[in-house]
Amino acid sequence: MGKYIVKRFIMMIATILIIATLTFVLMHLIPGSPFEGERTTNPTIQANLEKFYKLDEPLHVQYLSYLKSIVTFDFGPSIKKPNESVNELLARGFPISFELGMLTILVALLSGIILGTIAALRHNGLVDYFAMTFAVIGISVPNFVLATLLIQQLAVTWDLLPAATWSSPLHMILPIIALATGPTAIIARLTRSSMLEVLTQDYIKMARAKGLSPVRIIVRHALRNALMPVVTILGTMLAGILTGTFVIERIFAIPGMGKYFVESINNRDYPVIMGTTVFYSSFLVFMLFIVDIVYGLLDPRIKLHRKEGDA
Amino acid sequence: MNGRKQKKVSSHVKVLQVDNLQVSFRTYGGEVEAVRGVSFDLYQGETLAIVGESGCGKSVTSNAIMGLIPQPAGIIKNGSVVFKGKELTGMTKPQLRKIQGVDISMIFQDPMTALNPTLTIGEQLTEGLRTHKKVSKQEAKQKAIEMLALVGIPNPTERLKQFPHQFSGGMRQRIVIAIALICEPELLIADEPTTALDVTIQAQILELFEEIQQKTDISIILITHDLGVVAKIADRIAVMYAGKIVEIGDKRAIFYTPEHPYTKGLLNSVPRLDLVEEELQPIDGTPPDLFSPPKGCPFTARCPYAMEVCDHVYPFTTTISESHSVDCWLQDKRAKVLQEQS
Repeated sequence: MGKYIVKRFIMMIATILIIATLTFVLMHLIPGSPFEGERTTNPTIQANLEKFYKLDEPLHVQYLSYLKSIVTFDFGPSIKKPNESVNELLARGFPISFELGMLTILVALLSGIILGTIAALRHNGLVDYFAMTFAVIGISVPNFVLATLLIQQLAVTWDLLPAATWSSPLHMILPIIALATGPTAIIARLTRSSMLEVLTQDYIKMARAKGLSPVRIIVRHALRNALMPVVTILGTMLAGILTGTFVIERIFAIPGMGKYFVESINNRDYPVIMGTTVFYSSFLVFMLFIVDIVYGLLDPRIKLHRKEGDA
Repeated sequence: MNGRKQKKVSSHVKVLQVDNLQVSFRTYGGEVEAVRGVSFDLYQGETLAIVGESGCGKSVTSNAIMGLIPQPAGIIKNGSVVFKGKELTGMTKPQLRKIQGVDISMIFQDPMTALNPTLTIGEQLTEGLRTHKKVSKQEAKQKAIEMLALVGIPNPTERLKQFPHQFSGGMRQRIVIAIALICEPELLIADEPTTALDVTIQAQILELFEEIQQKTDISIILITHDLGVVAKIADRIAVMYAGKIVEIGDKRAIFYTPEHPYTKGLLNSVPRLDLVEEELQPIDGTPPDLFSPPKGCPFTARCPYAMEVCDHVYPFTTTISESHSVDCWLQDKRAKVLQEQS
């Protein structure tokens, strides 16, 4: 296990390095610079500014100092908001985005698995049809459309829930519903189909022949096997939810990282672009690593490491 | 069979009594009458083999006894299954669960799929015990180790922590047997327990059955289509065809003096090593469609001795000896003449 983690860790670093390099290249391929705006800046001032932010140096030197900033995890000040460092922006925005993302995953996993399991147990019954209709709608409707509809109905027309910001648990309900519906639908469908398959397996029949309670058969014997596909897509789903938070944060005026991320690209705020991208991708790569570990815990046949003497 | 210790079924305690059991399945195509009136008794310490070709209803019969007919498609239409004085067919699921795995256990055909790949075999062994009997975790573990040793698994203590994929097919079947026996049931239903195993392992597993039966006096219903297996461990044999038991009797009676043309056909279709020149004689034709089972004897279309009556009326059960009976019109006095003429 230790060996595997070390190996994975090296691969994670390589992945992040590639992402960082690509970001750097793409960033400098976009025309424009942080100092180009509607007003034309005095050439001398611009030259001085570029010198101050070391943008006048050759690209490979900039690249190296950028790599250094990643290793030391100090991205320096934002160009647009000079009184704030990138690290401060991350520290302020990320906890909120993280909260939104994790609550969404939690809600999606719980409701998706429960819905899918019930649908499988009531195969071709009323509950099954209802759940699968919901799933198709959930997958088809984009989260920003759903978000707007939710605000329109629940917040404006019926005035049940607050429409925006992130200040109390009540405020969290709408953004989480908007963001979690799609993943819930996907998880429900996956759970249902793999559950249906697992329920026909001999070991389920054997568990019945042991006289075990239905709850134990479902939870202990069936679900564990049926969840493998769900864990598999969890990795990519995480990426989807993370990028989804950008849109949802904007709609619900949530002061998370999404705002800074999008703004920084529009402003060519190089340090912020680098900081947020590298931070986000590191986070994602780390989550994928956790998913792989969970995979191995769920199914002992999947070996994360090679051990001698195993049949 | 020679050289084998003569197993004595001394006891005449009736463990199981199946009477006119009828099981049907509702499908899109209509109702399949899988079991159409099966009756037999089973005594303590006895091995009854149910033989017949694929689709004759032998597995459905065993599932019905066990209360494992898939719902809601399958229904027990008629008949009774009495286990030690208790009627099983009308029982609710919670009532059945008190019997499943405790009093009646089942072994499945394919050991590669019968064990849950994500649970350790220790857990799969002990969970039945811990559900049904009030034992501590430690006691259950001890019992599991004992059971693994009984079925011949080396290093049982260490093996408990392993997962099914770390065992070979034969070992897995031994584990399945250990799981079935851990609550010390009185009846074991083995549904083709050796079909998926290779021949040398088959012999070992059959010997294990004999050994266990000698130790525990358990009754066994053995579902199989392999007459070699039957010859080795059965005491009595029931021959099933198209959802009915067409002949039932002592092993010797069935092997040496079979009366039903289907039984004769089955025995002739087994390759024999001692008769080199004789050709294998398959039974021509296929079993009838159980969507619309024939009114008369279902074997009529394939039977070399078929008579007019066979097509219209199902034959009565004729008792040949105390322990041998057959459903065939050839047993009728009026048919004897015809038989000798032909």
